[in-house]
Amino acid sequence: MFEEIGTTTEGDLIINVGPQHPATHGVLHLVITLNGETIKKVEPHLGYIHRSIEKMCESLTYRQFIYVTSRMDYLSAHINNHACALTVEKGMQIEVPERAQVIRVIMDELTRIASHELWWGAMAMDIGAFTPFFHAFREREKINEIMEETCGARLTMNYYVPGGLMAELHPDFQKKVKEFIVLFKRKIDEYDELVTGNIIFINRMKGVGILSKEDAISYGCSGPAARGSGVNCDIRKLYPYAVYDKVQFDEILETGCDSLARYMIRIREMKQSIRIIEQLIDNIPEGDFQAKTKAVLKLPKGEFYTRVETARGELGVYIMSEGATTPYRIKFRSPGFSNLSALDHMARGSKLGDLVAMMGTLDLVIPDIDR
Amino acid sequence: MFIVKYIKEVFGGLKSLLVGMRRTGYYFTHHKEIITEQYPDNRDTLVMADRFKGEVILLHDENNEHACTGCTACELACPNATIKIVTKFDITPEGKKKKAIDKFVYHLELCTMCNLCIVACPTDAIKMAQTFEHSVFNRADLTKILNKPDSKIREGIE
Repeated sequence: MFEEIGTTTEGDLIINVGPQHPATHGVLHLVITLNGETIKKVEPHLGYIHRSIEKMCESLTYRQFIYVTSRMDYLSAHINNHACALTVEKGMQIEVPERAQVIRVIMDELTRIASHELWWGAMAMDIGAFTPFFHAFREREKINEIMEETCGARLTMNYYVPGGLMAELHPDFQKKVKEFIVLFKRKIDEYDELVTGNIIFINRMKGVGILSKEDAISYGCSGPAARGSGVNCDIRKLYPYAVYDKVQFDEILETGCDSLARYMIRIREMKQSIRIIEQLIDNIPEGDFQAKTKAVLKLPKGEFYTRVETARGELGVYIMSEGATTPYRIKFRSPGFSNLSALDHMARGSKLGDLVAMMGTLDLVIPDIDR
Repeated sequence: MFIVKYIKEVFGGLKSLLVGMRRTGYYFTHHKEIITEQYPDNRDTLVMADRFKGEVILLHDENNEHACTGCTACELACPNATIKIVTKFDITPEGKKKKAIDKFVYHLELCTMCNLCIVACPTDAIKMAQTFEHSVFNRADLTKILNKPDSKIREGIE
């Protein structure tokens, strides 16, 4: 059993953050051993929102299981669905029409911006600034409206199916996205004015939560958390999927290894996402939005693995098939779980107040960690 | 040298705070648009997006006829067993037996609005409605029977 309350035999104080705590953004339970104000150990306890998604998927067909994955990392629901659709398409050897691929990339990047915006607002609120939250949600609302119009939902869209998309784009889609690009380019500079340049913010982030390049690799970190330490791990660049190999964008790398570096990565990534959308929005090719597929999908016997870059890092989907209509085994390699494992290493020796800043820059989504 | 650096830092920090405060002040004095929706008050004017997934409905025309043949494609497509179709056999005027739906049972409490049933329907009999106020006091009220009483299948749909 874990020691969860009181003091240890060495006289250190044990405190519990969570499972219900506003700074953990979900039901994450951290057991922290403190020596005065200094953190000696952080032990995350998981399982409060475990829904056994992997086991559930084993009883669902290859069309049905995609919607469940929206509930893992709900802030990058589109990208999760993309990973699953790609794995099934890989197994079935379905050729996805060019039009569907381009729309998928636009949707993915819009999701990434929405996710980073929510993170930016919530992160600033953790640190103590309240206004940024409203600024972030104001712009995120525009993306939600675009999603609502085309996909019919604001968060758990389920717009991708094996072979393409579920429905045609809404006629207003291109117009709305262009309006959003113009608006967002103006607003992102305001974010820098409000938060990035702020002296209080910089003092709270700089040198906090150091994660060296070697540690980032050995803990299996991915996404902005690892790129802040200089690990180039962007799946969109390393193993391009969809049309990512045909668009121009930079992989953002920072070498600060601290919370500020991880913060800057996401701010700069939003600008790159806008750059990708700008290149594609006027060049959506004509054609079908869905490939012709069989009524019942049956993956051939074997193992299939694909990975994509979600807003939080690398998501891997592993399907083991016995040739039936349902998968024999599904495993998701979620980015949040690996990133959380580095928290203990980052937090040791630093002050309790800095823990919130570290957790904020890891961008933890608890349903993604627990699944 | 140290003093100069210190003073620079202090004033640089002050400036960064003022830049942020100016942005906040700008929005405080220039409130052109109201983004928040005054939800319960704007109920009459609130328009949801036409693809918004609120709940599944069975479409009926003015003659109280629908297009559902009872093929159970939606029931098979549903990941959560939300839809249950109970079929019966109608006697046609020629004296033949014909399969038709008796009850189209829809469990709203189980539905995740994934849209798979709508895509699966071969006759476009069902669609997503834009309603979203689903709260009820009794859980049993969420189990709905979608076909209206005495409704029939439209002529010519097989």
